[in-house]
Amino acid sequence: MQSLGAFDEELDHGKSERGLGWNSDGRSLRAVAQRRAQGLGAFSLGLGLAQLLAPRGVARLVGLPDTPRSRTVLTLIGMRELASGIGLLARPGSASWAWTRVVGDAMDLALLGDAFTNKDAEPARLAAATAAVLGVAALDTASAAHLSRNESVQKLVLPIHVVKTITIGRPPSEVYAFWRNLENLPRFMAHLESVTVQNGTSTWRAKGPAGTTIEWQAEVVMDRPDEAIGWRSVEGTRVPNRGVVRFQPAPGDRGTQLRVELKYEPLGGALGATIAKLFGEEPAQQIAGDLRRLKQVLETGEVLHSDASIHHGLHPARPAETNVRINELGKADS
Amino acid sequence: MKANCWMGKKRVSVENVPDPKILNSRDAIVRITSTAICGSDLHLYNGFVPTMEKGDVLGHEFMGEGVEVGRGVSNLRVGDRVVVPFPIACGHCGACRAGSTSLCENSNPNAYLAEKLWGHSPSGLFGYSHMLGGYAGGQAEYARVPFADVGPIKVPEHLTDEQVLFLSDIFPTGYMGAEMCDIEPGSVIAVWGAGPVGQFSIASARMLGAERIVAIDRFDYRLKMASEKAGATDVINYEQSDVYETLMELTGGRGPDGCVDAVGLEAHAHGPMYAVDRAKQALMLETDRPLALRQAIRACRNGGTVSVIGVYGGFIDHFPMGAVVNRSLTIKAGQCHVHRYLRPLLDRIERGEIDPSFVITHRLPLSAAADGYDMFLNKVDECEKVVLKAA
Repeated sequence: MQSLGAFDEELDHGKSERGLGWNSDGRSLRAVAQRRAQGLGAFSLGLGLAQLLAPRGVARLVGLPDTPRSRTVLTLIGMRELASGIGLLARPGSASWAWTRVVGDAMDLALLGDAFTNKDAEPARLAAATAAVLGVAALDTASAAHLSRNESVQKLVLPIHVVKTITIGRPPSEVYAFWRNLENLPRFMAHLESVTVQNGTSTWRAKGPAGTTIEWQAEVVMDRPDEAIGWRSVEGTRVPNRGVVRFQPAPGDRGTQLRVELKYEPLGGALGATIAKLFGEEPAQQIAGDLRRLKQVLETGEVLHSDASIHHGLHPARPAETNVRINELGKADS
Repeated sequence: MKANCWMGKKRVSVENVPDPKILNSRDAIVRITSTAICGSDLHLYNGFVPTMEKGDVLGHEFMGEGVEVGRGVSNLRVGDRVVVPFPIACGHCGACRAGSTSLCENSNPNAYLAEKLWGHSPSGLFGYSHMLGGYAGGQAEYARVPFADVGPIKVPEHLTDEQVLFLSDIFPTGYMGAEMCDIEPGSVIAVWGAGPVGQFSIASARMLGAERIVAIDRFDYRLKMASEKAGATDVINYEQSDVYETLMELTGGRGPDGCVDAVGLEAHAHGPMYAVDRAKQALMLETDRPLALRQAIRACRNGGTVSVIGVYGGFIDHFPMGAVVNRSLTIKAGQCHVHRYLRPLLDRIERGEIDPSFVITHRLPLSAAADGYDMFLNKVDECEKVVLKAA
């Protein structure tokens, strides 16, 4: 068992911030990578323009002989730089455009290497130019690799971190007891099918799309009667998640102020996509709905249904056809 | 069963829909004998309330006979004759225990929609948009009534449907409008809007002991009903005289002690401001046009109370906050907490202090609901209140 403070700290700043998508101050790493790609794009644009407008000056700068052939090569390189620059500025998040710069760098290095064999070239300037291209190439490769990784992160599920509160007109001891019996959770949590507890480990089953079921194991890692419950998925589970729920007396004899904090780790692949669908586009709203149903169960005895709310999606507010069956959570079986 | 459905702006039609059934243990199914079209239904009809779906069953003023009772309802039996309050209330949450049933915290399954617009959600209502629960309404042959152990009130056989039907909404709503004015002996109360709710505010102000009650409207037949039936001592037709000047004349320049806005978001008025608000509403620059409310605030005496029972849905412009602050006005508002008024107002009806049927001008079969909406909206044949007979 951990103390509440230590558990909170882990929840807020702990291992779950492994950097897949977010840096320490919560800014998207993707945005950082995009800004860098934009910088490189601007650099391409400037270099390309210089090569097109002043090929002689550029040739002198890098130590190439001022011949028609080197001017033509520089003009072609300039056009390539312009294309890369425009591409990167227009789509700074695109890894493909970033990789065009890396390919260009390799081409430039090959041309520079070839130029060392030219008797009319200036080796000192060529060496300086090669060093500069090597530096830029390192930056380009890092940027392109980062963008590629971000593109695959996009396909992963970003961490879901939700904090929600509600006031329930029952004493904290009662609300705590109801939640502590984890098998009650599916009575108000829309995405859960069942929770079963055996030997201190709970097995959670959730409905996935198209009749699939996802399952994971969790354990209670903090238990303060009438005050708080913290749980965490067991090591190696397919759905890493953790949460803490707190029960405080509401002022003025209004029952319990319940605060729940949940965190789901990012996941890749089909399973990640399934988890994303479970929570929809607004996980906070779904958790809020869960808490509202909990309040209904504890204050009125059951989840309340309306003619429209039993259906998935929009449906006119009129009685359902007689063959529609409704489950405990108030949804019509489709 | 047959039910009157919202089919789009200015379109309602009686359709065949499935019969309702018990969905929760505290439900009851009521076979509806009488139902009515409310002024607030006209806001739905005119398309001013968001989150309506084509096919929604309308209606929130209804009564009838219990035909099926859920296992969690011990105080009602099949065959009981009941009037059903329009807000749906669980009876157990903080708001219900405080008597504020139109703020029930458990009866709106779509609370998140209301929270987006208003910050918090009120209770669910029958037949009044998905934002307020997505419940089928009572302009139908049958209705499912959730929390039937809390809402419906049994009514004695010797009272007719028409005498008790309006306990469902407009009588308690009008009463609450008057009650919020904290009427004392000598009070002068002005009521904007002599529609059915305004009539009941006037009648209630009279029962609560107001000395003078001024009715304000633009239809003489409504003002006539206000003075002859409801008990208004004075009337103002705002198309013929200036409301502010007339009220000052009537009150020795003080202004009314209490001002009731029984008009709401589709107010009419004289003058250029009306055109401005109509235009803004049409362009979606404001959702509601608060012409009556502005007048009420301007006219109210220093330190007086403005009581808002007309329906507003969204946002208004040119709200005279300066008058409210500098003249110490109190503004009270709310959807009626019908449950708390049912028993005392039924008692008043039984004692003969009021016969609410005085507002009824038209009785139609449920099948003619569409005609009823049109008559009520366009004031055809001096229409004041339409009752639909389901049976």
